[in-house]
Amino acid sequence: MDIPIEWYLVLSAFLFVIGAAGVLTRRNMFIVLLSIELMMNAVNINLIGFSRLHDNFIGQHFVLFTMTVAAAEAAVGLAIVTSLFRNRQTTMVDLFDLLKG
Amino acid sequence: MEHEFASYMNWIVPLIPALPLTAFLVTIFFGKWFIKEQAHWLPILAMAAAFVLSLLVWWEVRQAEEGFYVELFTWIPVGDLQVPLAFYADRLSTAMIMMVTGVATLIFIYSKGYMHGDPGYYRFFSYLSLFAFSMLVLVLGANYVMLFFGWEAVGLCSYYLIGFYYHKTSAAAAGKKAFITNRVGDFGFSLGIFLLFVTFGTLTYTEVFEAVEVEGAGTATMTAIALLLFMGAMGKSAQFPLHVWLPDAMEGPTPVSALIHAATMVTAGVYMVARSSVIFASSETAMLVVAGIGAFTAIFAASIGIAQTDIKRVMAYSTVSQLGYMFMALGVGAWIPAIFHLITHAFFKALLFLGSGSVIHALSGEQDMRRMGGLRSRIPYTYWTLLSGAIALSGIFPFAGFWSKDEILGITFKDGAYIIWAVGLVAAFITAFYTFRLIFMTFWNESRMEPEVEKHVHESPWSMTVPLMVLGGLSLVGGFLGFPPEAGVFHHFLEPVFEPANEILGIHHEAFGAIDLTLMIVSVAVAVSGVILAYFFYVRQRDLPEKAGAAAQPLYKAIYNKWYIDEIYDATVVRLVIDGSRFLWRSFDAAVIDGIVNGVGKLWEVSGAAVRPAQTGKVQNYAGMMFAGVFVLLSAVIIAYGL
Repeated sequence: MDIPIEWYLVLSAFLFVIGAAGVLTRRNMFIVLLSIELMMNAVNINLIGFSRLHDNFIGQHFVLFTMTVAAAEAAVGLAIVTSLFRNRQTTMVDLFDLLKG
Repeated sequence: MEHEFASYMNWIVPLIPALPLTAFLVTIFFGKWFIKEQAHWLPILAMAAAFVLSLLVWWEVRQAEEGFYVELFTWIPVGDLQVPLAFYADRLSTAMIMMVTGVATLIFIYSKGYMHGDPGYYRFFSYLSLFAFSMLVLVLGANYVMLFFGWEAVGLCSYYLIGFYYHKTSAAAAGKKAFITNRVGDFGFSLGIFLLFVTFGTLTYTEVFEAVEVEGAGTATMTAIALLLFMGAMGKSAQFPLHVWLPDAMEGPTPVSALIHAATMVTAGVYMVARSSVIFASSETAMLVVAGIGAFTAIFAASIGIAQTDIKRVMAYSTVSQLGYMFMALGVGAWIPAIFHLITHAFFKALLFLGSGSVIHALSGEQDMRRMGGLRSRIPYTYWTLLSGAIALSGIFPFAGFWSKDEILGITFKDGAYIIWAVGLVAAFITAFYTFRLIFMTFWNESRMEPEVEKHVHESPWSMTVPLMVLGGLSLVGGFLGFPPEAGVFHHFLEPVFEPANEILGIHHEAFGAIDLTLMIVSVAVAVSGVILAYFFYVRQRDLPEKAGAAAQPLYKAIYNKWYIDEIYDATVVRLVIDGSRFLWRSFDAAVIDGIVNGVGKLWEVSGAAVRPAQTGKVQNYAGMMFAGVFVLLSAVIIAYGL
């Protein structure tokens, strides 16, 4: 039996909103990074869902790319967080506002 | 009857201006590092070669009534305006180029001695060459555009050379004054050329003059053209009220004063009016204005010459006055005497300036005649040559100035212009007076020199005295070019050029008669009495000048202060311009223009301050704004297209 596309979409929408809320509200950089991963995976679920719907592999290809890039991005992101921590002894996002106008 | 010119004319005529141009380019580019102290050779040789070529041109041109025309290429093609780079060597321009190249050669040689050791030696010779090129283009050009080009170029060289000692504030200021005063005249001059083109559709001399003769234009148009052109001549030839720049131009080195501000450039106005004789002859008003301004300037400038104490300034006012004579002659239709006087004046005035330069050189730069005196035996070559020039300028028989000046006076009298004749005669008297005042103050009596200066008095080197002697000889015999009066070699040579203008004016040649002889005797008597008066004032009873000055205190002060013309200009024109500029600066530039510019800046400053709090520097706020933006855009799309 096939799971209808709407289910995928609803699930991904929930995940995306949770991620977005995390990015916007949490102060800890790690949590923010994790939330970004959540949003990215919401997109992945969408892609898989459409891949199933259209019965081809294009969506799955995209997901593989996304996961690879996400891994690289996480590595860079964590490296930045590490060096920020070394400089300021904190990982609270709202304390970094050097570009304030 | 068309005359066949020899084919070599095709290249020697353009070569005459090209030679000094080459000398200029080589000297200016290689002078500073390579030629240095040898910078005089090329310009002198180029000038001498140009003189020889001018003689060749004369040899050819004298065989033909009409001029020789050579066109090199089309210079400015704009719609109906086709200006060729073309040269026109007729009898008038040939007379001019012989004078220009000849006098220039002598002055170049003189400069070798005078400018020796000057740090700007190469610069001086390159500017002189550029000037010679410009002047030759001015007189040889075949249309008004080339005339205008040469006209402006000589003005530029004049500016360079007046301000040659640019580290001196007064010299730099004098250069600017000359340039700006000339702009006033050139404004009218260029308008005149435009009007010529609009009226006749061409600017080539031969075509314009033919059009004037055949079709003509309304008297009003001709008067307007002639007066506008004359405005240019007033600027360049230092006629009242645009004469103020010439005395100040004496800030330049003396050879420059001799070449540019006495012999050649300042006569460009006279040449231009003579060249346009047909145009001027077509308007009685214009002729009257030319004669009036000329006569007034002649006596006005001569009167100032009486009270000046700077040896070069006396000469400068004398030049202004003599140029006035020339315009006076042009104004009564005495074209040939005007050009004749131009040529003889070039000889003796160049001589007088070079002689003054030699005096200044001998006195280590002293120019004030009150601190000279007793130089007669100390610098004899300078004295005798300068004396020859002074006699020529005073118009005493048989020196050059006598023939030309007397002819001008004679024609004005016979023409019935008695007022102008009388003015000219009085001016001649004053001229003789101030000229010999200069001679007596400089060379006679006891020495009034500073002791330090007196120790170093020395006669100038040969390179300076030889040109003086040559010019002295020309001042002595040059007048015989015009002998017998009104029918000399010179007159016959130039006659064809002015025939059309004379036809318009209806001038007939009268034979030399008893009346001419009487006039001659009168004018010589006047000149001699001027000399005698100067002798009494400055040799015999030397307290007389002071007494006379005290007796006519206001008059003396007025002429001593040059009739306050500079002060009047300062109080009116200069004041007006400065105050007007200051007003515009404060009320318009500072308030309106700056207001707009600063307002634009202020606008962004204020609006920036208003939206600045949005820039918190916190990543999450930015992300939130981004989300909000995406939300708004998506909502808009959904509302517009439906789900």
